[in-house]
Amino acid sequence: MSREKILAAVKFNQPTAMPLPDMEVLNTLTDVRTDLASKYKTIATAGGSFVYEVSGFDEIKTIINNEFKAGVKVISALNELSDYIYAETVKHEDGHNFADVELTVLRTKLGVAENGALWLTEKDMGSRVLPFIAQHLAVVIGKDDFVPTMAQAYQVIADADYGYGSFISGPSKTADIEQSLVIGAHGPRSLSVFILS
Amino acid sequence: MSTAPTKDHPHLAADFNRDEPRVNWHDETLWWVRAKRDIAAHKLPEWELLRETASQIKFNVLSNLSTYLEQFEANAIKNGIIVHWAADATEHNQIVHSLLEQKGITKMVKSKSMLTEECHLNEYLKEQGIDVIDSDLGERIVQLANEPPSHIVLPCIHKKKEEIGDIFHEHLGSAKGESDPKILTETARQHLREVFLTRRAALTGVNFAVAETGEFVICTNEGNADMGAHLAEIHIASMGIEKLIPERKHLGVFLRLLTRSATGQPITTYSSHFSKPQNGTEIHIVIVDNGRSIQLGREEFRNSLKCIRCGACMNTCPVYRKSGGHSYHTAVAGPIGSILAPNLDMKKYADLPFASTLCGSCSNVCPVKIDIHDQLYKWRQVIVKEGYSPKAKTMAMKAMALTLASPTLYRMGGKTGRLVFKYAPFAVNNKLNPWYNQREMPKAPDESFGEWYAKRKGAKNS
Ligand code: SF4
Repeated sequence: MSREKILAAVKFNQPTAMPLPDMEVLNTLTDVRTDLASKYKTIATAGGSFVYEVSGFDEIKTIINNEFKAGVKVISALNELSDYIYAETVKHEDGHNFADVELTVLRTKLGVAENGALWLTEKDMGSRVLPFIAQHLAVVIGKDDFVPTMAQAYQVIADADYGYGSFISGPSKTADIEQSLVIGAHGPRSLSVFILS
Repeated sequence: MSTAPTKDHPHLAADFNRDEPRVNWHDETLWWVRAKRDIAAHKLPEWELLRETASQIKFNVLSNLSTYLEQFEANAIKNGIIVHWAADATEHNQIVHSLLEQKGITKMVKSKSMLTEECHLNEYLKEQGIDVIDSDLGERIVQLANEPPSHIVLPCIHKKKEEIGDIFHEHLGSAKGESDPKILTETARQHLREVFLTRRAALTGVNFAVAETGEFVICTNEGNADMGAHLAEIHIASMGIEKLIPERKHLGVFLRLLTRSATGQPITTYSSHFSKPQNGTEIHIVIVDNGRSIQLGREEFRNSLKCIRCGACMNTCPVYRKSGGHSYHTAVAGPIGSILAPNLDMKKYADLPFASTLCGSCSNVCPVKIDIHDQLYKWRQVIVKEGYSPKAKTMAMKAMALTLASPTLYRMGGKTGRLVFKYAPFAVNNKLNPWYNQREMPKAPDESFGEWYAKRKGAKNS
């Protein structure tokens, strides 16, 4: 069997055991004076996201109502945004049913200042395909929910149990044609981030 | 797909070099990407610490690989993932095909996987009557053009937008003469959305697999891997045995390095962690050896298995930039590909370790600190010793060995060389001298170091 053959060959050919490096230094390289939310905003904006600092959910609703036509299909995973289809109620539907979703609104508790990434798990998404198949994506995050770098992000999720999770750092994009950046490849054409104070 | 080229690197590079403005454009584009990498790297004060840490983690992985593979398998199975093992490309392709056959699936959507390029999966499946569509935009473009990718991160970096426009006009019905990247991307988006919504099977590569948790990570900017995988009944992930890392927290190191090294981006748009299949669907993972365990046993080349496929060594390589990815006639082009390929077939790829100036730029940018140029140099020695050295190089090297072995011949050779440069430059600057192809030869100094030193010594003593 190939399994045994491969494992035996690997075992035979691998060098003597080398230790793992110390990761503590990287974990503690944190500039505590930085305003993480504003650093996040700068990086995320440069990566093509629209970042709004808001004081409450009414403000988010107003922005969404201004940006999107009335009547389009919006799915929200937030209790506070109850005007829309609630993700929890449709999460067992076949992913193909979401092909006509205009906007998905999700909530996260972890954002990374150094690269604009937001951590979202299957639980936050309802259905895994939702943040990808929707024409637009919006994510709500608290202003204290940011960590400086990926090192601290993985400290937060070190033992988390999830079926699927993704760091999402902007709208879907490509630069495959002569390195020209085009926003809106296969996934959402925009990412709006609402930082709640 | 493409037919296997019969020409070696110098001849394929010469073909590429016929269009000089294109070579310059290719060269400048990749250098621009390399410059973006530098800016990103310099923004992180801990950059060198990250590289060193990544390199050490990979050392640990290689030295415990059999344990990590078993640990990963056990945890993946616990998570509900179905694990397969493939000793070589043929077995990999057969496993993928049998999984599709069992479900009666004849159409598959695929996101980027250099391993499947290495295994020639697309050609194999086509012969079995399976239709495969590549969903990464760059890969879709080269697939429509019936070519392999020319770069591991930027598959169609060698193509002009006008050529892509022509391809899309022919295959996807875009307007004739349309070459605006925005409009072409939108055309691809519409076409591929239809594909994602109708395919029952999706295949993806694997960027990292975590032994501790049994999950694996896929990084894309387009979101194509996720669109494919989440909408399909069956998700097949192909992974080389070297993709493992010990613990989830180690992802933090590699995700910080990968895209900064690749294109200067701080992270890909999507870094997706697949741990368990969603309800009613299956995840299969195919763990592939295909020569990797042999490379692990070659002490001098073992380090090449640390590669995280960022492409930085290609972007910085003066030979790659000026000879194009296809001139390497192997799935992974450029400096790292030239180390990996001879491991698979020393005779077929004997030319590749010679396709380098050994300037060391590749080793300097490598995020996992692979001693790339040293390994290329070592391959040359192995290849010459085993009798596989490229013909033209053998003759030149024999003459060189003879000259270097004899002080008299060496001095004479230098003198003659300088005289030839001075009075008969056409004898050097001609097609018979492979070094002159696409190169200006340097002016010869008036005297040799030996002559200068003797004179200087004489002057001093007097
Ligand atoms: S060898 Fe290093 S620089 Fe080249 S692709 Fe691999 S990781 Fe990147």
